[in-house]
Amino acid sequence: MSATDRTRTQPFLALSWLHLKYQFLETVRIPIAVLGNMLFPSLTMFFFVVPQTGVANNPLFATTAVAGLSLFAVCSASLFTYGLGVAEDRQLPFYPFLRSLPAGPGPQMVARVLNGGIFSLFGLLPLIIIGWLFTSATVTLGQLLAGIGTILAVSVPFVLLGMTIGYSLSAKAALPVVQIVLFPMAFAGGLFLPPQMFPGWLDAISQATPTRAGRDLLVQATTGAEAYALALPVLAGWTLLFVVLATVAYRNDEGRRFR
Amino acid sequence: MSAVEVRGVTRRFGDVVALDDVSLEVGHGELVGMLGPNGAGKSTLLSLVSGQRRPDAGVVRLDGRDPREPATRMVLGLTPQETGLPATLRVREVIDFVAGHYPDPVPTGELLEQFGLADLGKRQTGALSGGQKRRLAVALSLVGRPSVVLLDEPTTGLDVSGRTALWDAIRQYHADGGTVLLTSHYLEEVQALAERVVVVDRGKVLADDSLETVLRHVGVRRVLLTDAAGTRQEHLVPDSDAFVRDLVTSGTVFRDLEIRGASLEEAFGQLVNHDTPEGAVR
Repeated sequence: MSATDRTRTQPFLALSWLHLKYQFLETVRIPIAVLGNMLFPSLTMFFFVVPQTGVANNPLFATTAVAGLSLFAVCSASLFTYGLGVAEDRQLPFYPFLRSLPAGPGPQMVARVLNGGIFSLFGLLPLIIIGWLFTSATVTLGQLLAGIGTILAVSVPFVLLGMTIGYSLSAKAALPVVQIVLFPMAFAGGLFLPPQMFPGWLDAISQATPTRAGRDLLVQATTGAEAYALALPVLAGWTLLFVVLATVAYRNDEGRRFR
Repeated sequence: MSAVEVRGVTRRFGDVVALDDVSLEVGHGELVGMLGPNGAGKSTLLSLVSGQRRPDAGVVRLDGRDPREPATRMVLGLTPQETGLPATLRVREVIDFVAGHYPDPVPTGELLEQFGLADLGKRQTGALSGGQKRRLAVALSLVGRPSVVLLDEPTTGLDVSGRTALWDAIRQYHADGGTVLLTSHYLEEVQALAERVVVVDRGKVLADDSLETVLRHVGVRRVLLTDAAGTRQEHLVPDSDAFVRDLVTSGTVFRDLEIRGASLEEAFGQLVNHDTPEGAVR
């Protein structure tokens, strides 16, 4: 009816920003979701790292432990927020309306990834403070910033994996699947126990996981201890795979299933 | 090129056939009412036209293009289900969010004003009354200045004044050249708005005609009486006054005369099997 161009959607970046604002507001208005994200990793830190003086008093070990737990926090936030969050969203009546707006899956996914990053940062904040006050973990400002940048980049494949689960399964099914995926991956990736303690065969498997690749890159950024050579290609490979899976899952999803 | 084109479309959910080889064309500027009981397939049809679902067979076109392409939906306006508004967001935020998808949206203030929501811009949608939610839902369908609007049960659960206000907004939109496809299970609503009526039941189009023609079918009366032999008789008649007059003039003995408007379902029944019930006058 008007002369404006109606043959294409609004620019990708504008739509991504729009969806990011919307998702951020929706998440932040439910304070328990934000608090839960901040509390869980902090409690883990107090239970598993601070009491072990052997770790807590060694700057390298302590920093590595904070890095591992930070990554666990980010993985868990990504998988739960996206695996479970998307599955729940899909059951809301507003969801079909969202999907009928003139925007493809791209902007929504970009927004979800960025929103995941923002709330992961909220989760990291108490971890960093605890590490700083109660352990000998040390980083320079440069290392801290490099660490935060790395952890955000590393969170991308986990957000995508979460979305794959969220778009493929119902909320009820997504919860156990997230748990089944998260804990073995975190363990095998050396987020709880340092991979130096692993036997050779487990270490080989470990190096193929996205958690291990992410952990080593993060440890490299924060302590300078070099990651294994394949860490970056492994992480990039998983990211690519999860991009494809998440896109396929989104396309196959047609809202609620009626039986 | 039609505004909405549905050709030979079938959609199943498991074993249930929601739409069975349905064809429907809506021209630009038409106001079409889709009438049918719950579960008839109306919402499924709308979800195909709005690109939310893919048909199992057949072709769906919106403005000549595939509605599953996001860019096609630039011309489309749609109401979210009333219960489906994001409860924690404020009215203004929801409108701004939807408006951001379009190049030339209606300014939020103007839209709030038009739908009588001006004082509620800062209210969270979860705190709105049913009627306010309905108005917001219809406002959201119009924010992008669409050329085609799909309204799913736009006034369900509204009081009379709320309903009239929404009807006015829909009429105004149509008068400005907009195409409207609305569903309802209220005959009254379709009667008040539509020029053309499509009756759907069990996944099939039973009738697709001008409002007048369909009303003639639907406007049957049900006359019940007990005859001299004590048998209860039921007659579905187009003109109950004439029927009763004839009945009295003919001197037939009867008692317990009862006249009711045929329910929508009975009317649909009339539309499906044109062999009319025993004794009915046509």
